[in-house]
Amino acid sequence: MASTIRVRATSSGETTEVQVLIQHPMDSGFVKDAKGEIIPPHFIQELTFEHDGKNVFVADWGAAVSKDPYVKFSFKGGKKGDDLKISWVDNKGATDTTTAKIQ
Amino acid sequence: MTTPHDGFPATRRLILQGALTVALVGLGNVPFGLAPAFTAANDKYPEDAFKAKSEADAIKSLYGKTAEASDKVKLDAPEIAENGAVVPISVSTTLTEVTSISFLVSENPNALAASYKIPAGTMPSVANRLKMAKTSNVIAIVEAGGKLYSATKEVKVTVGGCGG
Repeated sequence: MASTIRVRATSSGETTEVQVLIQHPMDSGFVKDAKGEIIPPHFIQELTFEHDGKNVFVADWGAAVSKDPYVKFSFKGGKKGDDLKISWVDNKGATDTTTAKIQ
Repeated sequence: MTTPHDGFPATRRLILQGALTVALVGLGNVPFGLAPAFTAANDKYPEDAFKAKSEADAIKSLYGKTAEASDKVKLDAPEIAENGAVVPISVSTTLTEVTSISFLVSENPNALAASYKIPAGTMPSVANRLKMAKTSNVIAIVEAGGKLYSATKEVKVTVGGCGG
C-alpha cells in the first residue's frame, strides 16, 4: 500500500522546512453518519519527525485536527540528501512510517 | 495482527478501554484529586489534557500552570472561516527557549486541539489545520523558558466542522 504520508522537506542551507500531509479520516467521535449513528473517534494521536537519530518535532493531536492533516515546521540543520523519518500512531493503534530525503 | 473480529481479545480490550474511560471521568470529578501527570516535558501522549472540556482545564492538565497573554506570540488565523472543518491556523513567536506550542479552540467539545514539542534547534513556528465546531476563540500557548505565554483570536465560523 502506498504510504499515507506525503512529505516535502527542503533545505535552505541553514534550516530545513518540512511540510507534511497525511491521509487519515481524523473522525472526532462527534459526527453522525447518514443513518444517524455516531462515527466512532479515529484520529492520529502522535506524529514524530526524526532526523539524524533525534526527534526534531513531535505532534500530539486530538480529534480537532482536520481530516487529512497538514502541518508545517522548520528546524536548524539538515542537508540535501539527509533522511527524515516520519511516523504516526492513531487511537486504534494503527501506524505508518516513511522516510523522506531532504531536498 | 489482531482484528476486531477475533472474539475474546477484542472484548477484553473493550472492557479495558471502558475501565480506563471510567477512571478518567472519575478523576475529573475529584476537585483535589491526584496531581495530573505533566506530560508536556516527556514523550507520553497527554490523554487527560485532550479529554478536558475547557481550555483552562486542558492547559492545567498539559502544563500544570497558567499562561499570560503576550504580544510576542503571533497567532495567525482567519477572521471568518467559511468551513469549520478546515481552518488554517499558525503560530510563531519571537520568544526564545521555546519547548512547546499548543493550539486550543474554546468552544470545541474538547478544547485542546494539538500540542507540539519543540526540541532545541527547531523553530518556534507551526502551521496546521484545525476543526472548529462554531465561532470561538482560538488560543495559542507557547511554553518558553518554563513559562507559558498565550495569544487569542476570535474566528467566526459559518459552517461548523463538528456537527452531524
